[in-house]
Parts: sequence; C-alpha cells; structure tokens
Amino acid sequence: MDNILEIKDLTKSYKNFTLDNLAFNIPRGSVMGFIGPNGSGKSTTIKLIMNLIKRDSGDINVFGLDNLKHNKEIKQKIGFVYDENYFYEELNIMEMRNILRPFYKNWDDNVFEQYIKDFELPKKNKIKSFSKGMKIKLSLALALCHNAELIIMDEPTSGLDPVFRSELLDILYNIIQDDNVSILFSTHITTDLEKIADYITFINKGKLVFTKTKDEIVENYGLVKGSKELLDNDTRQEFISIKESNFGFEALTKDIIKARNIFKDNCIIEKASLEDIMVYTVRGNV
Amino acid sequence: MNIIISNSSQDPIYEQIVIQIKTSIMKDEVSQGDALPSIRGLAKELRISVITTKRAYEELERDGFIETVPGKGSYVSGQNKDLIREKRLTAIEDKLTEVTTESKLLNLSLEELQSMLALLYTETN
Repeated sequence: MDNILEIKDLTKSYKNFTLDNLAFNIPRGSVMGFIGPNGSGKSTTIKLIMNLIKRDSGDINVFGLDNLKHNKEIKQKIGFVYDENYFYEELNIMEMRNILRPFYKNWDDNVFEQYIKDFELPKKNKIKSFSKGMKIKLSLALALCHNAELIIMDEPTSGLDPVFRSELLDILYNIIQDDNVSILFSTHITTDLEKIADYITFINKGKLVFTKTKDEIVENYGLVKGSKELLDNDTRQEFISIKESNFGFEALTKDIIKARNIFKDNCIIEKASLEDIMVYTVRGNV
Repeated sequence: MNIIISNSSQDPIYEQIVIQIKTSIMKDEVSQGDALPSIRGLAKELRISVITTKRAYEELERDGFIETVPGKGSYVSGQNKDLIREKRLTAIEDKLTEVTTESKLLNLSLEELQSMLALLYTETN
C-alpha cells in the first residue's frame, strides 16, 4: 500500500512547546483520526504539513513529494478545512469562489455547484450571515471541488451540534467512496472518529503516544472497574493509569485479554473508548 | 440480508459481520453469484471504518464464502466444499431426527436402531 502522507522525525520548537520527533503515515484511501488534548500539537503538525510554518527538522512527504520543494504541486491536490473562518465575510459564496478558483488547475465548477446545492447553502447571502455549520460546509465544498486526494481537516466539528456532526460523517463517507482519497481529521471530539477512522494517531504534549489501526486499539484497550482490594503492586503494573475513589477504582489497560485472565469475574471489564484512552493517558493516576 | 452491529458486544465488529454474512449464506437469504455491497459502500451503510469491512471480506474470502473480482466487486461464492458439506450434514441431521422420533413412537431401542443402520450402511456400500 502506498502512503499519501509520510511524516518522519518532525520537530518544531517554540518557547514553551516542542513538537518532538513526530512520525506517522497515512496509507492511500484511508481515514486517519488525529487526536490529542488542546495544545498537544495537532494544529502545529497540520500547519507544518501545509507549509504555513517552518519546521526545525524532519521530513514531510505528501503524495511522495517533499512538501517544501513541491509546495505548489502538492497544494493543488489538498483540500483544506480549517476550524476558524478564513473567508472574506462581506462576500457571498460565488464571489468567494471567484477569488479561489484561479489558484486551482483542476477546479470544477459543476462539482462546486452540486455541493452548494447538496449542502443547501444560499448563494446570495453574505458569508458573515452563515452559521458555523454552514461555514464548515462551504469550506468542504471549496476543498472538494478541485480533485483533491488528501482532505485535511483541523477540528472541523468543534463547537458543532451532534446533528451536524452526524451529517458531516455522511458527507465524509460519501467522499471516501473514492478509494483514491485520504482524509486527515484532527479533533478532540473522539466520538466522531470512533466510527469512520481506519487509523488513529494520538499525540500528547508534542510527543507521539501511538499510531495504530483503530480496530487494534478498540480490540485491545479496556477499562477495568472494581474494588480497591484488587490493587496491589503487581496488578497496578497492568494499567496505564488508575483512577481511585472512595468506592473503588477504574483503570485503563492496553491488554484487555490479559486483564480478563487476571481479574476473571472479580471486576467489570469493558471496551475502552478513544475518549477513555485519551483521558487516562493524559491525566495519569488520579 | 440484515447486518446488525453491536458496539457493546465483546466480539470485534469485523467478526460480527463475518458471522452474519455466513449465516445469511447458509440460510439461503443470499445465493450463489449474488453481489455483495462494495467494501466502501458497506462501511458507509454500517458507519464503520473501511479497514473493518475490508477485514471482514478478507476473512469471508479466505473461508471460501465469497469471491472478489478486482475492479468489479465481491460475490457469494459457488464452490465452497465446507459450506456445502455443512449444509448436507444439517439435512442429514434433520432426517435422522425424523427417524429417531418415528423409532421412539414404535418403542424401538437405540441398539435396534443402530443395528438397522449398520445393516443398511454396509448393504448400500
């Protein structure tokens, strides 16, 4: 399988934050969920991929090409959906389109019109009158109408209601019916990814925690809940972190089968969600 | 054909798909040569990842239940020996149940029935 994005030893230092030797790949035709708490380095990574900021060291290859040397070619085939609004608010959709269209060789007006129709966006109203959901839809329409093979979305669902998020999921499923297209989806709302993502890359404080297939994560991580008498120096070793209260403990393991063997019927053992994994990994023992 | 995915089940999602498609094939809800949804289409319908449906189809293919023609799609396979054997075994079991019920009505002991079967088995050979 060829990789549409390859990141190797990527490092970028700021005064109070370092993105430290980050590495992960996105195979062609797959959806990569990029998760981590606020300030973990997700947006920094995306800005580095988009060549909006300068890396200190490391490699980023997009479509097999170095992203600095082939900046222009690469961007022709990337669709970018950003969390914040980058439109000229006083313009309407068609005026905005006229500004962006000349930048893309493969711009397709028919596809754009179709998306505007599907997304039920008003053509004549000024963009500043749009809701957040409508702006995201406009971003998507603009990102999808020039034959992009990599769709990068930075927190597209933050601040949006569950109904819109479900609708967005449908849109994304339609996009990936084309097996040439890959999606990099950064979010801290992990439930959106639990369904569609093929792979999950998890970063925390600028460091990679893991990059794996989602199935591997869902099948192996588990939440163990039980009485505190079961915790001793040996059993504690089995957990990534443990949350203790007056009434018992809850802990995250990355080997649910082993945990079932150790604790048998003495504990409640459930599958861990991506949210559980993120919270337990980031917070540590509480 | 119905496929129902449970998120609270201990079985991985790909396995749930495999079992349900196999059951549908066994029950003749889908028959030989029938087209299955595409890997990406099924992922969309079930709202799961493409990698999961792909894994399910690979498993079904390995077990001979489906065949995938590159560029065309996946179909219910025709010549699965295990599957056919399985089906015929079920048919034999049904017939034997019938025989057992009938024998019990006639107060025939298991030994008598077994010797009858042994005789018939060697004769037809």
